[in-house]
Amino acid sequence: MPIALRGKAKAWQRRDRRTQFAIWSLWLAGTASFVFCCQFIADKTIWPFVFDAPEQVADLAVRMVPPDWTFIGVLWRPMWDTINMATLGTVMAIVLAVPIAYCAARNTTPSAAVLRPIAIFVIVSTRSINSLIWALMLVTIIGPGVLAGILAIGLRSIGFCAKLLYEAIEEIDEHQVEAVRAMGASAPQVAAYGIVPQVMPAFAGISVFRWDINIRESTVLGLVGAGGIGLPLNAAITTLAWTKVSLILLVILASVVVSEWISAKVRRAII
Amino acid sequence: MSVAATAPGGWRKPPVIKSAALRWAIWIGAVVYLAAAFGTTEVNWSRVWEGLPRGARFISAFLPPDFTTRSSEILEGMLESLWMTVVATAAGIVLAVPVGLGAARNVAPAPVYYLCRAFLAVSRSFQEIILAIFFVKFFGFGPFAGVVTLVVATIGFYGKLLAEDIEDVDPAQAEAVHATGAGWLQWINYGIQPQVMPRMLGLALYRLDINFRESAVVGIVGAGGIGATLDTAFNRYEFDSAAAILLIIIGLVMLMEYSSGFIRRWVQ
Repeated sequence: MPIALRGKAKAWQRRDRRTQFAIWSLWLAGTASFVFCCQFIADKTIWPFVFDAPEQVADLAVRMVPPDWTFIGVLWRPMWDTINMATLGTVMAIVLAVPIAYCAARNTTPSAAVLRPIAIFVIVSTRSINSLIWALMLVTIIGPGVLAGILAIGLRSIGFCAKLLYEAIEEIDEHQVEAVRAMGASAPQVAAYGIVPQVMPAFAGISVFRWDINIRESTVLGLVGAGGIGLPLNAAITTLAWTKVSLILLVILASVVVSEWISAKVRRAII
Repeated sequence: MSVAATAPGGWRKPPVIKSAALRWAIWIGAVVYLAAAFGTTEVNWSRVWEGLPRGARFISAFLPPDFTTRSSEILEGMLESLWMTVVATAAGIVLAVPVGLGAARNVAPAPVYYLCRAFLAVSRSFQEIILAIFFVKFFGFGPFAGVVTLVVATIGFYGKLLAEDIEDVDPAQAEAVHATGAGWLQWINYGIQPQVMPRMLGLALYRLDINFRESAVVGIVGAGGIGATLDTAFNRYEFDSAAAILLIIIGLVMLMEYSSGFIRRWVQ
């Protein structure tokens, strides 16, 4: 316990001098780099536009109410496409994530030297590229449309699902696996009866959780041409039809709330 | 296990979902949905077929990627993304602390609690890109709009997790600090903060990582960062420059992930 002498009395201190100094210098370095970065951002900002913002907000608020409810009939189809992109993309990601997770988990990988690093690399690289960038890439390659959106969502989700799944596989109880193996089960039987039942709840939870995130992500993929509700959103913004924009935002908000509710419900039922 | 299970019929694996009706309903529902989804998805297969050579060209662009032709644009965009990440993470976390305190049931009074929870729910339900579109409209093109977007997203993420963590603290320790006659701020500082600090530091590093990845896309709608450069590279079919940018992003994210794991181990 760090104690300082004040005159002759001993006084309690939270930290000793060295730790205090180290923490203080970390704060100094952090603040300095923050200010340095702010300087760069400030140089690139056109300040009159920023000061103008309150008027812009007020102006837009007036233009956006009331939402144009007659437009809703056109939105069902893109909304259906959005949900399909999220769902089919999640299905695709799960199907691909299972073997990758199996190869990446330390206790199940067939070869720790070759397959595991490859699997880890696939997980990291698919996770670090945002679904919008995947969509941007796929739209230029296979053309605009729902398919590009499904693939973008799927590719982006592989890393996420595989990472959580392989962590779940690494945490299983080895005794159960050993018991199944001791009965003379082959490798596929060990996987089916020793590993799968243990990771099944985690697996279902991960899938539903990712589906919920994907609903949110697929609402914007239309901005780069990959189908869904983002297409009419983009069209409404570029034509400055703000009453339509506010309606689309309400629809998106509703779908996000509903999907979050479903996913919370399902996860509670599983766990 | 019942005796019947060891009868001559042999043992069968127990199903995950116990109720047979629910099990069948889920299967049939899934099949009907998939049929409907595939039936209504319009895919222009000739366009996909046409694009395959372009896809092959894109993949071959990774070997080797072209770092040099657009190096000044790439460097500028990358640095802008990094500055945005640092500023937005720091500012976002500083702002998230009061919101998170307000949204914790055991710290804040009821009206403040509901206000903060509502703010967190709304700020989390819109995608960063949608927020960015509006902030670009309000603040003009450039990194400032991107920073504001990331700050709002950071508050939503960090505030929620901080509030949940505060609600889970050990009340005995907090009460002990209370009993010494500590004021409210002292109570937070000595009773609550030491308990949530290790996890929150880890989450701050994680958010830094997320913000960097997001700063790479807000540029697509004009909010600064490497996204604009990447968008332009794709639109001009300069796949080798795009490949270079993607590799830099992957590399930096991996670097951040490794160093954050290292820092977390050092802190705990």
